[in-house]
Amino acid sequence: MTAVGDLLLAVDGVTVDFDGFLALDGFSLTLDKGELRVVIGPNGAGKSTLCDTIIGRVRPSDGRVLFRGQDISRLPVHRIAQLGICRKFQAPGVLPTLTVADNLAIAAAKSKRLWASFGFGQPASERTRVAEILDRIGLGDRRAAIAGTLAHGEKQWLEIGMVVATDAELLLLDEPTAGMGPAETSRTADLIRGLAGDHSIIVIDHDMSFVEQLAARVTVMHQGQFLMQGSVAEVRSDARVAEVYLGRAA
Amino acid sequence: MPDAAPGLARQFGIAVLLLALAAAAPWLLSAYDLNLLARFLALALLALGLVLTWGHGGILSLGQGVFFGLGGYALAMHMKLDGLAPGEVPEFMMLSGVETLPWWWAPFAHPAVAIAAVVAVPALVAALFAWSVFARRVSGTYFSLITQALALAFATLLVSQQDLTGGFNGLTDFQTLLGADLNDPGAGRWLYWLTLACLAAGWALVTLLLASRFGTMLRAVRDGENRVRFLGHDAAAYKIVAFAVAGALAGAAGALFTLHAGVISPAMVGVVPSIEMVIWVAIGGRLSLAGAILGTVAVNFARDKVSSAFPELWPYALGALFILVVTTLPGGLAGLRKAR
Repeated sequence: MTAVGDLLLAVDGVTVDFDGFLALDGFSLTLDKGELRVVIGPNGAGKSTLCDTIIGRVRPSDGRVLFRGQDISRLPVHRIAQLGICRKFQAPGVLPTLTVADNLAIAAAKSKRLWASFGFGQPASERTRVAEILDRIGLGDRRAAIAGTLAHGEKQWLEIGMVVATDAELLLLDEPTAGMGPAETSRTADLIRGLAGDHSIIVIDHDMSFVEQLAARVTVMHQGQFLMQGSVAEVRSDARVAEVYLGRAA
Repeated sequence: MPDAAPGLARQFGIAVLLLALAAAAPWLLSAYDLNLLARFLALALLALGLVLTWGHGGILSLGQGVFFGLGGYALAMHMKLDGLAPGEVPEFMMLSGVETLPWWWAPFAHPAVAIAAVVAVPALVAALFAWSVFARRVSGTYFSLITQALALAFATLLVSQQDLTGGFNGLTDFQTLLGADLNDPGAGRWLYWLTLACLAAGWALVTLLLASRFGTMLRAVRDGENRVRFLGHDAAAYKIVAFAVAGALAGAAGALFTLHAGVISPAMVGVVPSIEMVIWVAIGGRLSLAGAILGTVAVNFARDKVSSAFPELWPYALGALFILVVTTLPGGLAGLRKAR
């Protein structure tokens, strides 16, 4: 961890207790502004629970989540989202009966107020933003397509686009390459690297070739706890990581 | 959304043509059939609300009879008081030994208050109800069951308060409204046109709502409520507003229906009529306003014909039709046109 740097997110000793099973067990993590971080760990390490806790879907029984210094661990989900944290789920969560452009427009809406919805036109700034993101995720020629009819990879990109469209400062991407082939995976890695800097990003994945392409710092989790942190090379050569992934034999 | 504008203009053009045709009905139909059509067009106003909440919002209410009843009773209470001297109570209250008008009846003596209450009371009750349920994230089947319980409770309450609500018989025997004699032969025509105008206004309101960003948001909430919430929108707010609008439409429908039928009673607001309302819309097409209007009018005319010939047969016929439509035509009658 860099000693200096602009701290954005601090997960501070968080414990999540599911009826006696500790999905997170005193877990801590800090993230700087503009940083891209990968979180890996074997199944059941608590990666998804970490995301759920940050966005407010799961409440910690102990510890705090600080975003720009504010404790957000008790705020309602939509309030946390309004503060600038947005999550992409493991399964593609696009809105299937709306067009690609409408999906992005809902995500990009400057005003999330109900009363702002009683109008017809679309603010010029929103239209520009939607066009810009369509371009970025490579779906420019699919803008009028119904989201439910997109191919799997396209849905994943649309959802990343939706997360980006919210202008959230912190993006949580849960297995963004699930179900993708090598070509789509490397395109996704390019897309995500291009977003870092403008956004702080936490990527959860266990596809090591994808993690390598991201070339970011890696945090390893195990049984709800922090195991180690470092570059991809350091993680690869770490004996404890090998043990966790491969069992005692390693 | 921006692409919707040309489609809207065409829809409004077709609607104006149909409206002109429907406005000529008093010269084409017998007084009896005109009264039936007027009743069914009033019911169609309620059906529009179901397209908004159920079709586009995914909120299945099995208790629209409650809001229909609130509107109907609001106007009926006014008509029972119309023509009475201050301090007098309606005849059914005297027969039950009630000598002073209950406080909650008194405001309905003013026609403006009563007419405002026809839409405001059901809208408010619907909003409060929806808020209390949706804020707890109750939805889907559980929501439908709660609405059904609400309909049952409302009808039971009306029956139990015989001296204040007219009980099982409801409120009937209306004479005048805003100084006009309701028994005048010409009254039927004016009430028909009034109903048609209200239906047109309701159609325009829901059409605009569905074409606006609000409509897109409502469909988004239907398809992925959590998704919408994680994007920073207050999903429940859209559902509450849709439900309140549907409540207001149902209230207006109830008041108009009461005018045409000359009676409002618990039998029209309980569980069974509430379920029938959903069936009209399922048959007509829950995603189509025109389909819902058509379904409501067609099913009710069929009901009138079938139940006058074979009264015991109607529930079976309706049930069979419902199953047939749900299994073979998920889009209802309106789906036929789109399927081609």
